[in-house]
Amino acid sequence: MSDAATEMPHADPADETLMQVDDLKVHFPVTEGLLNRQVGSIKAVDGVSFSLRRGETFSLVGESGCGKSTTALAALRMQPVTAGRILFEGVDITHYSQAQMRPIRRRMQMVYQDPFGSLNPRMRVRDIIGEPLVVHGLAGDKVKYKARVRELMALVGLLPDMADRYPHEFSGGQRQRIGIARSLALDPSLLICDEPVSALDVSIQAQVVNLMMDLQEQLGLTYLFIAHDLSVVRHISNRVAVMYLGRIVEIADRDPLFDTPRHPYTEALLAAVPVANPVIEASRPQQIVTGEVPSVRNPPSGCHFHPRCPKVMPECKTETPALRPRDDGRLIACHLYD
Amino acid sequence: MTDTALPKTMPETAPSPLVAGARHPIVAFIQRLIREKPLGAFGGGLFLIFLVCGLLANIIAPYAANETNMALRLEAPSLSHWLGTDHLGRDLLSRVLIGAQLSMMVGFLAAGLATVVSIVLGLLSGYLGGRTDMLIQRFVDAWMIFPDLLLLIVVVSIVGSGMPQIVLVLGLLYGIGGSRIVRGAVISVRENMYTHAAQSMGARTLYILWYHILPNVMPVVIVLFTTRVGAAILAEAGLSFLGLGVPPPAPTWGGMLSGDGRTYMYMAPWLAIAPGVCLTIVVYSINVFGDALRDLLDPRMRGSR
Repeated sequence: MSDAATEMPHADPADETLMQVDDLKVHFPVTEGLLNRQVGSIKAVDGVSFSLRRGETFSLVGESGCGKSTTALAALRMQPVTAGRILFEGVDITHYSQAQMRPIRRRMQMVYQDPFGSLNPRMRVRDIIGEPLVVHGLAGDKVKYKARVRELMALVGLLPDMADRYPHEFSGGQRQRIGIARSLALDPSLLICDEPVSALDVSIQAQVVNLMMDLQEQLGLTYLFIAHDLSVVRHISNRVAVMYLGRIVEIADRDPLFDTPRHPYTEALLAAVPVANPVIEASRPQQIVTGEVPSVRNPPSGCHFHPRCPKVMPECKTETPALRPRDDGRLIACHLYD
Repeated sequence: MTDTALPKTMPETAPSPLVAGARHPIVAFIQRLIREKPLGAFGGGLFLIFLVCGLLANIIAPYAANETNMALRLEAPSLSHWLGTDHLGRDLLSRVLIGAQLSMMVGFLAAGLATVVSIVLGLLSGYLGGRTDMLIQRFVDAWMIFPDLLLLIVVVSIVGSGMPQIVLVLGLLYGIGGSRIVRGAVISVRENMYTHAAQSMGARTLYILWYHILPNVMPVVIVLFTTRVGAAILAEAGLSFLGLGVPPPAPTWGGMLSGDGRTYMYMAPWLAIAPGVCLTIVVYSINVFGDALRDLLDPRMRGSR
């Protein structure tokens, strides 16, 4: 893998790229019958490339089942990778064993969607937050450990006196803070946040999102943020990638993407967000796309979006558009701009 | 559920560290048991009485277990023989007490072994999944084809009857069968996100099994253990009934029920009643105690009844 690393344009450690994912594919075999004959595959992630710059928030958005979470899990090496390459801090970790991944995992931690299921109900909050330290043998003596947990609790806005309680004694928002504190215990550089606020009340969402933004500023974290709630994404992101059926269709800085979406799917996705003003809402086009998201098991040929696209052209049905940089610096995968 | 809302506080059951420091955790736990699970506490108390009787049987028994008195055969309960005597004039109370010792020993050792076997097989099978799971489960399937009693009879008739082999066979029997139950619980716990979280932070498999999976399948394991204690005591009684249990003249409850108890049932019903009632009480008490333990050890149940 060393020659592959030297080929990389961003190989020196001081550069701005924290993680680079090239042409990532995650396919799940579909088997049938007694002998588990493979009859096909579900291409959950089918050629996804992106890079994370240090200190930014990069969001992956898209409908349920489009492969956002699978992409993130594969990037964490929690999901077998079918093809592609993952570079983390300049190191190719695509083929690392789980043992080799252990030191790397200290640098990349995960925040989960479900603040109820992601905390072990039989562990005290102190042990949940300090668990990464114990797992990596960094807990030190009892005094040091307790001090570190107190520090982490204070950092996420929890009262350190609550360390002896169990998760069920906390509210949803507080639990999510516990999850965030746990993910920060090892001073990671990358946090992968899988829908971290979508299970929370709207009023609590804002608090947690703001906490995450403060933490990012204080600790210089990089976020890979997965969400389907576009207003949250708009609030927190620096750059946004839009996914559809296992592929990225557009990557752009936040404001250009939200103000002038260029890929027809991005446009449709943004149009689906209701506007909190009845006058504007009434004057907006009701529906840009029709139909359902096709099955991932049998995706359309060419551009996956062509059966629903209002601007479909003949080549869309046969040729898969590549994700290419366009004149305004965004990356778009669409024949309209080729 | 708002972020600012105070967590549900339970001043009674989850005292602040200052108050808790005054009481030993075991004392506090027993107090909770009595307050929140009176039936379980009653069961635990009953069971404790039998346990102590069993342990101290040799001291508190008024006569030796095999001391015969031909003048007093099949005597009804009296002041000198509280539970009467059997056809050889042996004191029934003494035999029941010493029988408690043997029955408890069989019950606990067999259930203990069974639980260990169930946990090991269930954890490996449920957590590792895939090929390991397949292999272990087909082995369990094959094992479960044999009826329990048949297997016991075969083993005992080959190696002869005696406590070690009965405990071993019962332990393996219940353990392998019970591993299915543990496996099911493991599979459901494994799917929880906290298991995933531990994996993603780089925890090793053994660590996850010990700190995340095992504590969360403990409710199942506790119930499994307590039901197996009762079942093992009954199975030993059944074996004794067939003449394959712990060999006489050792006084086991099963042996007393099935041997003399059955033969002289019409002339001296107390011979069957005493060990039968003891058996029933012990099995019942350990079951209600196990259920109470399961509930109390779950932190989510704190403060609820």
